[in-house]
Amino acid sequence: MSHISSVLASLVHVLSHAPSVFWRLTLSGIELGGVYALIAIGYTLVYGVLQFINFAHGDVYMVGAYIGFFSVTVWFASSSPWIQGICGIVLSIIGCALLGLFIERLAYRPLRNGLSSADAVPWSIISAFYVDAFLGKYLAARSVLPAVAIYLIVFAISFAVMLVVLKKLFRMLAPRIKPTNDRLTALITAIGMSLLLENQGAASFGVSPHIAQVKGINQSVAPLIVLVASVVLAAALVFVIKATSIGRAIRAVSQDKDAAALMGIPTDKVVGFTFLLGAGLAGAGGFLNHMVDGVQFDTNIGITLGLKAFIAAVLGGIGRVDGAIVGALLMGLAETYTGASIFSDFKNAVAFVILIAVLLLRPSGILGKTAQEKV
Amino acid sequence: MLKVSNVNVYYGAIHALVNVSLEVSEGEIVTLIGANGAGKSSTIRSISGLVKPASGEISFNGNPIHRSSAHEIVRLGISQSPEGRRVFPAMTVHENLKLGAYSRKCSKSEVSNDIEEMYHTFPRLKEREKQPAGTLSGGEQQMLAIARALMSRPRLLMLDEPSLGLAPFLVQTIFRIIKDINLKGVTILLVEQNANQALKLANRGYVLETGEVILHDSSSELLANDAVRKAYLGD
Repeated sequence: MSHISSVLASLVHVLSHAPSVFWRLTLSGIELGGVYALIAIGYTLVYGVLQFINFAHGDVYMVGAYIGFFSVTVWFASSSPWIQGICGIVLSIIGCALLGLFIERLAYRPLRNGLSSADAVPWSIISAFYVDAFLGKYLAARSVLPAVAIYLIVFAISFAVMLVVLKKLFRMLAPRIKPTNDRLTALITAIGMSLLLENQGAASFGVSPHIAQVKGINQSVAPLIVLVASVVLAAALVFVIKATSIGRAIRAVSQDKDAAALMGIPTDKVVGFTFLLGAGLAGAGGFLNHMVDGVQFDTNIGITLGLKAFIAAVLGGIGRVDGAIVGALLMGLAETYTGASIFSDFKNAVAFVILIAVLLLRPSGILGKTAQEKV
Repeated sequence: MLKVSNVNVYYGAIHALVNVSLEVSEGEIVTLIGANGAGKSSTIRSISGLVKPASGEISFNGNPIHRSSAHEIVRLGISQSPEGRRVFPAMTVHENLKLGAYSRKCSKSEVSNDIEEMYHTFPRLKEREKQPAGTLSGGEQQMLAIARALMSRPRLLMLDEPSLGLAPFLVQTIFRIIKDINLKGVTILLVEQNANQALKLANRGYVLETGEVILHDSSSELLANDAVRKAYLGD
């Protein structure tokens, strides 16, 4: 194992001493793009099967970073770097995958099947109320929390309890609110889920930023590990989508849900699996970016990085996995180049500039096809 | 084999099916005819589980299926070739056929044998094997939709408007294929606007009007019926 890392180190050594700074910037741009891609794939997959933007997806990524944080600093604090890295990323992936599945089952599926819109309509209202009335003061009083894993458990339990309790409460209070617009309801619900995750995160982990890294990781090797891992994971995802039976089912559901059901495909299960895949990749992204590369994070990264990854997905053509990857790489590179130029203050704005430019020229994104009416 | 009794379907305020009852016996070809919006497709969609009836019962081989979801009903042996073909446009012909066998628990070689058999029945599909289904012509897409529906090895095949938008000679081909499928032992429920052709092929027929079954009889009787001739056969 140390052999591999020394090979990597020498490779990085060669690369980082390459004549041009441009080379190094490109490498770190692709690395950032890889992280964006891991998040963007989740947006695009879910959009593909449901034509719905899962705004809570960025917050799942945030949870991935925290699971990684507790793995590295608490659960596997005294293990070797390899154990830390591997167990950390596996736990982040599994934890986030389950979270994604859980959100889909409890918040989105009831809406889709039209059981009762009261199940989910008012998530965002509740959540906003919850922040203002309760969390604001609570958080101000304890802005620094020790990094103890118990908070992750507190987070999981309180999130689950909130979700179940709120759901029951709304069934009682408003048993039959008729939705006026199903797509809008779904969108508001997603925003509500995002707020709920973020606020529960802040309440459980504190609002102050954290920073940690897998033990003894070589600063110059880290970017390469992130790069290789994101390429491997994205390739695995593409393989699942293109070459397996469940992947074919996902594509069928995204092309024609009714026809897919007529083939005997359990569409709800396939949608759940799509959430599982997307959320798992986001978890991996959270671990790689923050625990391997050591980028500082807090509970807001779900919004900031999530939004950029979402833009990357739109940029590439939402609904397409290859589009998300292309868009993410483009964004990562643009952001890194801008950051190194005299316009470095505009590093975070460049994403939006590119988005506006691309959408003016190609409204459906770089690889997106113009919408075709089915005959 | 299939028994639909007093089924009611609503789309919001619209009462799409009003106490629809019908029966299909093993080995038959039964056709549903009627004008646009008469409820033919709604009937088929409620049998295949895409639409849930508000009341009434549907049973297949004696088992109630009206509460089952669409993917479970396929497993019981009911397959549907939907109106408008609904092939998966971005997937190849081959992938479409593979998806047709999704509900079956069988080996890969069995599936590929069945696909070869479909290519034998529909040689045009073999030529287009690697092409995205969206690039096929209307007639080819219709053949693909039927072949795909057969891939689940159904005992009852429901065909929704298989002749829609096809050139007359292709309509002949499609109807001949339906006959062949039936001769191989598959029971057929055929929805058609082309009432003349459908009644010539079928053993029995049901006439739907604004969501109600207004008439059912053997095909020969329906072909001879004055009201049917006036309304649906263009006499």
